[in-house]
Amino acid sequence: MATQSKSLNGRRGNLLQAIAESIADLGGVVIGWVITLGDITQFFLNTLSWIGTRLPRATLLPNFYQIGVLSLPVVALTGTFIGMVLAVQSHSQFRLMHLETRLGAVINMSLVRELGPVLAATMLAGRVGSAMAAELGTMRVTEQIDALTAMGANPIHYLVVPRFLACLILIPALTIMADFMGVVGGAFYSIYGLGIDSNHYWENSANFIGTFDLFSGVFKSLFFGAAIALISCYRGFHCDPGAEGVGRAATSAFVVSFVMILVFDFFLGVALDNLYMMIWPEGSRLL
Amino acid sequence: MTSHEQRHSEHKHDAKAPLVELRTVDVAFNHHTVLRNISLKVPRGQTLAIIGESGSGKTVMLKTMIGLVRPERGSVHFDGHDLTTLSDKELTRERTRFGFVFQGAALFDSMTVGQNVAFPLREHTRKDDQEVYEIVVSRLAAVGLPESIVGKKPAELSGGMRKRVGLARALALDPELVLYDEPTTGLDPIMSDVINELILRTRAETKVTGVVVTHDMHTARKVADRVIMVFPLSRLEPDEPQIIFDGTPAELDAAHDPRVTQFVNGEAGERLMEMRKMADLRLNLDW
Repeated sequence: MATQSKSLNGRRGNLLQAIAESIADLGGVVIGWVITLGDITQFFLNTLSWIGTRLPRATLLPNFYQIGVLSLPVVALTGTFIGMVLAVQSHSQFRLMHLETRLGAVINMSLVRELGPVLAATMLAGRVGSAMAAELGTMRVTEQIDALTAMGANPIHYLVVPRFLACLILIPALTIMADFMGVVGGAFYSIYGLGIDSNHYWENSANFIGTFDLFSGVFKSLFFGAAIALISCYRGFHCDPGAEGVGRAATSAFVVSFVMILVFDFFLGVALDNLYMMIWPEGSRLL
Repeated sequence: MTSHEQRHSEHKHDAKAPLVELRTVDVAFNHHTVLRNISLKVPRGQTLAIIGESGSGKTVMLKTMIGLVRPERGSVHFDGHDLTTLSDKELTRERTRFGFVFQGAALFDSMTVGQNVAFPLREHTRKDDQEVYEIVVSRLAAVGLPESIVGKKPAELSGGMRKRVGLARALALDPELVLYDEPTTGLDPIMSDVINELILRTRAETKVTGVVVTHDMHTARKVADRVIMVFPLSRLEPDEPQIIFDGTPAELDAAHDPRVTQFVNGEAGERLMEMRKMADLRLNLDW
């Protein structure tokens, strides 16, 4: 009897210890997140504090070229196809309700409010974010960032600010390009592939899409661009040693940027929707 | 007047005071102490060699001297200024008085050799392109590199050439203190001696103070007029000093401490057995 009670107490003790360890582990993870969040905030404020100063021209233009100009073809191509895919997917549903002519409104509204900005940001995170994290990570591993500091140059000023500004300033242009090519792609397939009357297609688009829709997409893209630049540069600066560390920094830069794009998209979507309802309570909607 | 010219006119130093001084410095990374209670003075004009086995904290000590690593405790003085209390801008200004030759040269991959050597001049002086170019060519010539190398990328150079470009870059601003992190590691014996000769010639021509981290005894004996040996904390008792030798290169041969003689003569002794015991102990603890 006494042995049984001892073994029961022992099991309870082990269980309690396992629960306590799990709680401690969870606490450790939460503390780690809070520390990282604090670090990123400090990194962001540090970056902001250098924006008003004289910027290094030698790094500014190459970054603008790399981030903006070289991203244009891929953003344009994906925008075109997403517009055409939207036409394919929506057509069968709208045909059932005999609302094919409204296809333009649905495709173009989806593009300018959501898909254009999110797609442009995702492409930027994949093409530029990972590359930035890998490049800065390699610079960290090979002591090039230390060399900058040792020569009296601030690495945030020299490396982060040009990338941050390039992402922030050029992502609206990339978003507009994705929107435009998506609109063209969607219209092309709807009119020439599905045989929808072009007058009705464009008339419905013009009736349902307003300046605010265009503005909201471009406005959201600014947050996406800032998030991509900050997360990627931060991951590069805090890269673990070795090739594995650089690889992990590049991967996590994309994953975290993508998650943050969707999180920002949701919260900004809600905020902008409320703003719209506040300004135009009687505003017309799609249906 | 630029910050570089300003500091030359401002710093009228006391010739007898040490140029660099570490006072009871502790350095730790993620709760792992690397340097403990280090006190060290480097007089003006001296070339000090820091020797010790890998992982003993030599490079960390070097980086602490120029504020690249912040100590947990104690203070770091350069020409009377406590680097641990300076603001970022003040620290940046002080750093223009140092030259740092990194182990892997740490040349900027994205720049040409000429742009690398010109970097500190462009950051801290207002010299025009022609003046900068002339200085770059003269610094390269001083380390035995031809003008034709100016337009090449670091990836096109051999290890020895990269090290020499690193030295040319470190000397671009006529520093008062040059720090060399394992300058001969990875080079063939002839190129190692070329680097040693360059260190000696730099000192003879500019009267610069030098700190050389090395585990190459030939380098330590040839270039230094004082040698200190740092021992890994993991193999010391809590009350033992971490600097286990401080004297001239000639005194190294007369040292009685077996840890010093073993290192100087390159004898493994019981080291392999010790490492195996430690590995076994760790394995048992992990299980």
